[in-house]
Amino acid sequence: MIKKADVVIVGGGVNGCGLAYNLSKRGVDVAVFEKNYLSSGATGSCGAGIRQQWSTHENAELAMKSVKIFEKLSNELGDDIELRQGGYLIAVHDKEELLQLEKNVEMQKSLGIPVKIISTKEIIEVVPILDIKGMNAIAATFCPTDGHANPFKTTFAYANAARKYGANIFTHTTVTDIKTKNKKVSEVITDKGIIKTDFVVNAAGISSEEICDMVGIKIPTKPVRKEIMATERLQPLFKAMVISFKDGIYFSQQHEGQIVGGIPIPEQKYGYKTAPTVSFLQHMSKTLTRYAPVLKHINMLRHWTGFYDVTPDARPILGETKDLKGFIHCHGFSGHGFMISPMVSKILCEYIVEGKTSDILESLSLTRFKDKKIEHEMAVVG
Amino acid sequence: MGKKKTIVCRCEDLTLEDVENAIDTGYTDLEELRKKLRIGMGPCQGRVCFQLVQKILEKKTGKKVPIKSLPKVRPPIIPVSLGTLASDEK
Repeated sequence: MIKKADVVIVGGGVNGCGLAYNLSKRGVDVAVFEKNYLSSGATGSCGAGIRQQWSTHENAELAMKSVKIFEKLSNELGDDIELRQGGYLIAVHDKEELLQLEKNVEMQKSLGIPVKIISTKEIIEVVPILDIKGMNAIAATFCPTDGHANPFKTTFAYANAARKYGANIFTHTTVTDIKTKNKKVSEVITDKGIIKTDFVVNAAGISSEEICDMVGIKIPTKPVRKEIMATERLQPLFKAMVISFKDGIYFSQQHEGQIVGGIPIPEQKYGYKTAPTVSFLQHMSKTLTRYAPVLKHINMLRHWTGFYDVTPDARPILGETKDLKGFIHCHGFSGHGFMISPMVSKILCEYIVEGKTSDILESLSLTRFKDKKIEHEMAVVG
Repeated sequence: MGKKKTIVCRCEDLTLEDVENAIDTGYTDLEELRKKLRIGMGPCQGRVCFQLVQKILEKKTGKKVPIKSLPKVRPPIIPVSLGTLASDEK
């Protein structure tokens, strides 16, 4: 085991590995500690979507700039991350929803996101298997540069590239404590040894609360259990991710041909239980076959659970606070950590290396829950 | 039989060579191999391949891979059509 590192990252998901890559590329000596295997948490169970259509300015901007990075990432990392930009189609069900989404579209357009409102006729042109009556749609918003990529392959590609730049990545290694000195982080204790460091990045997903507890910081995050399923492989049927905020459903056809999707579990509870439920399957299959009746003939193969680490405003907690120097928050992604990871790892890297801060970093600081009236992200599914 | 022709995972059409190459590249965890190669993500849910991959991994790394570290089988045990799942008939 190594004795010291400039930066210790706790958590080997897409954000931890992405940051390890960005830092090590700039010559920073990085160590990553992952208690299971790489992408074993939220990254590895997620729906793989990349969406720029958000209701809050920060999320939309993070996602838009992330898409620009995703577009070049396979080349940059030397590994295919299977990016497919088939767009996101967001169903609109009534006038009230249309008003909210019109506002979102206006904000997204002002940032330069190529989103538009489309008619029911155009919905069928984008995704021919949809049934307008069944899904009860009056319109949709569509952004053709949204899409999906392979979360495992993205994480592995980041980790492999980080290792080439000298990052030390330890899997099956648990962080058990963090020592501080004069309001600064000083040491990370793991079950395999002790490492001296100036920076600790908490990218531990739903275990972030545990990591914050080690240094006496309270965070308002809750783990929310989610379920998701995959069908058998099919010939290419449609390219877009279809979602609805009202029904909570999302589904898309992945690179290999399987349809992957999820919906909130009817008896949604906070907690760490991981067993999948029959009620999810019934609710999901009913809604999915209502949206796309032809899928009733298709077999469902697998069904699994994952967690959203949800903050009170459904936006991530990023950056350092005054209480403890060198302790960097990188958690609370509330179900959209994968799609904004390229930009999150870039701005945190710039903060650690150059001390550079930004409006986004300021507005997503942990202190927002104390000082400011928080703006809630409305555009959440699953 | 050559490594290119020995099929390890029939659902995802993976050969012994594919698995050994992934292990050589550094994927030495069964779960990481599964996520990299899609072993066990097909209709058989790993019933055919997991134990084979476990043995290949043990042979390549010289380390014991305990049975309990095999990836969890995810429900349903056999594929079920969405139409059946969506129907209220018992």
